[in-house]
Amino acid sequence: MENWARFLEVNAPRILELTIDHAILVSLALAVALLIGIPLGIYLTTNQYLADTVLQIASITLTIPSIALFGVMIPIFSLVNQGIGFVPAFVALVLYAQLPIIRNTYTGIKNVNPEMRDAAIGMGMKTRQRLLRVEIPNALPVIMAGVRTAVVMNIGIAVIAAYIGAGGLGVLITQGISRNDNYLIISGSIAVAILAIIADSILLFIQKRYTKKVVAD
Amino acid sequence: MISFNHVTKKFGENITAIDDVDFTVEEGKIVVLLGPSGCGKTTLLRMVNRLESITEGEIIINGENSKDMDPIELRRKIGYVIQSNGLFPNMTIEENVMIVPDLLGWSKKDKRERFEYLMKLSGLDAKDYGKRYPHELSGGQQQRIGVVRALAADPPVMLMDEPFGALDPIIREKIQDEFLQIQREVKKTILFVSHDIDEAIKMADKIVLLRDGKIMQFDTPSEMLAHPKQEFVSQFFGKDRAIKGLSLHTVENLREVIGLGPVDDSVQDTKTINVHQDLRNTLSMLLNQEADQVIVKDDAGENIGTITIDLVQKYLHFEIKGKVSASQEG
Amino acid sequence: MNRKKLIGNIVRYALYAVVAAFFIWAISNSYFDYIFSQSGTFLVLLRQHIVLVLVSSLLAILIAVPAGILITRPKFKRAEWIVSNIANLGQTIPSLAVLALMISFLGIGFQTAVFALFIYSILPIFRNTVAGIDSIDKNMIDAAKGMGMKPHQILFRIELPNSAYSILAGIRTAVVLNIGTAALAYVVGAGGLGVWIFTGINLFDNGFLISGAIPVTLLAIVADFILRRVEYAVVPKGSRRIEKA
Ligand SMILES: Nc1ncnc2c1ncn2[C@@H]1O[C@H](COP(=O)(O)OP(=O)(O)OP(=O)(O)O)[C@@H](O)[C@H]1O
Ligand SMILES: [Mg+2]
Repeated sequence: MENWARFLEVNAPRILELTIDHAILVSLALAVALLIGIPLGIYLTTNQYLADTVLQIASITLTIPSIALFGVMIPIFSLVNQGIGFVPAFVALVLYAQLPIIRNTYTGIKNVNPEMRDAAIGMGMKTRQRLLRVEIPNALPVIMAGVRTAVVMNIGIAVIAAYIGAGGLGVLITQGISRNDNYLIISGSIAVAILAIIADSILLFIQKRYTKKVVAD
Repeated sequence: MISFNHVTKKFGENITAIDDVDFTVEEGKIVVLLGPSGCGKTTLLRMVNRLESITEGEIIINGENSKDMDPIELRRKIGYVIQSNGLFPNMTIEENVMIVPDLLGWSKKDKRERFEYLMKLSGLDAKDYGKRYPHELSGGQQQRIGVVRALAADPPVMLMDEPFGALDPIIREKIQDEFLQIQREVKKTILFVSHDIDEAIKMADKIVLLRDGKIMQFDTPSEMLAHPKQEFVSQFFGKDRAIKGLSLHTVENLREVIGLGPVDDSVQDTKTINVHQDLRNTLSMLLNQEADQVIVKDDAGENIGTITIDLVQKYLHFEIKGKVSASQEG
Repeated sequence: MNRKKLIGNIVRYALYAVVAAFFIWAISNSYFDYIFSQSGTFLVLLRQHIVLVLVSSLLAILIAVPAGILITRPKFKRAEWIVSNIANLGQTIPSLAVLALMISFLGIGFQTAVFALFIYSILPIFRNTVAGIDSIDKNMIDAAKGMGMKPHQILFRIELPNSAYSILAGIRTAVVLNIGTAALAYVVGAGGLGVWIFTGINLFDNGFLISGAIPVTLLAIVADFILRRVEYAVVPKGSRRIEKA
């Protein structure tokens, strides 16, 4: 315990800093993934043929281990001199994050009660109005579930990204391994777990709050 | 035969779901447990096959105290049908129906024969349906399979908890008729839960009317309608209980008491009904004015008279309302 | 209608083209050469990788499925909430950390990696087993009890067949994850194809990177494909449809 106190006294600022870096990396990747994934998921609901193709690609891509994806990306990005560092990590995180988002946006909207959709069409809503007022609000819980999956997954993957110089909490763990320092490993892991739990809880809170409002309306 | 001897069921200290219930289901008869939601029908039924324990009293099944029997053995001798049919989605219809015989270790040949017999009873083709899975059947067909599955090992006793509750009214009546037909052939001792008054009147040899776990009245349907022993009973059956009671009487009964009208050959627009038709259906036909004259035929197809609203009303007055008002005064 | 199909086709063939271009580029730069020039090492690493995954996955199945069955028995129902929450929490600990922490208990080596992979694979299998059994309609169990089935008959004839889809999906998730995590076994000195990936990172050697990463990727995709086939074959026809609905 005493050792822990001493360790934290020295390292707390650094842990905090790395946690913030970690959160920023994941949040930026999430923001981009949302910008791509949600419109794409919505578009897919209007093009069944493309949807089949994209969802198949998504399910295969999700099976690719993250360390292997990094291994493939480094040579490709080194073509533009960005082989190691923020760029390949960021691109990989965006790629992984948008898969559950696309998938859940698509299934969420597809599963909106067809009668509700018919009613909206019957009222003379245009496609855009129908999407914004009926389909997306009703698909929101499913879409949010996809976002939560993406975030928790990405927080874990970003740890491994430390090996390609992306920074974040993975740095504590990789340093702990090379220096054989359990304090670093444990504090890094706990920080990652806490970050994941907090992120998930915040998203869950947003989801519940927003869904209730929709239902109450 | 199932005898309930002062049976009580408590959940914890405070909830008394069944309170000193005492009655007997005679061999080969159908007793319907009727009452509002939460009155304890399901609980009482499940005490028979020991899915619920008995707090006080005892249940005697065909001479044996249920407490002294091994619950597994006991349950295999009792058919059990529930509202959501409880078919197993991973098994074909044949595997579903034959599960108890299978547990009992019947031979392949015996199972095969039994399955074909049961499917004949259910009115579904054994070849066509045997290899299907439950989700490939309609709700009504699934329910029929649920019923014959309970009959599979030929148990002397059947427990049925709102077996037709999930079906729409038209299918429900049809399956009720089919089931009564089957019952005439198999003559099981049946305890049947319902909260549908019409169903209870139709199916029951006797009705147990429950309220808050207590028996309000135990009687035949016609007695229950004609002589409700308590305010609650007459309220439960409603103001139209006289009309409900008509379904227990046939045109034949009316003919015996007050006779039919003469046939007028000059009337063109006529309709015929069978003498065994119940009076409730007859009355609704007359009220709908489907024809100018309704002729009654006997089983041989002979015209034996006509029936009118006036005649039904007269019969209602003498036979049913007379008894009802007499009991209310008394 | 035709335009939509056209867009779909363009995307599909564009993707094929990208994948093909990648392989042509990689081959023309001889990035796959290590697989052939050091085929002995490659086979050793591949074998290590597969053994790591197989041993740890089998152990995890042997522990997690019975544990999931046990915790859903009425006797243990009360513990279910707590155990499930711990399992959820465990899932947020990074796989790299699980491997690293094991070093301090077990030292470096193959067993350490197997143990860490085993621990990490238990969670998805356990969770899916519990979820599968819990999702079975209670009325169905009631009907089974009411017709005099014994507890073990209910388990083997009703509960397990009807939750097979969920359990097998959990196993598939676990194995695919496991293949990726086993690529990190390098850090505990247990070998596997991760050795080449990490060597590639450390030496900036594209050949090692590609020769390690592509086989790991293929391993994961093939395992996923095979296990989906197994699911299709094992899950009873009648309950397959219900799980998908
Ligand atoms: N396991 C239990 N624990 C506590 N109370 C119970 C339990 N099961 C039933 N009860 C209570 O016992 C009473 C009778 O329930 P039961 O299910 O027998 O009603 P029911 O007559 O079948 O109603 P319904 O027509 O709605 O099916 C209810 O008040 C119910 O809340
Ligand atoms: Mg009930």
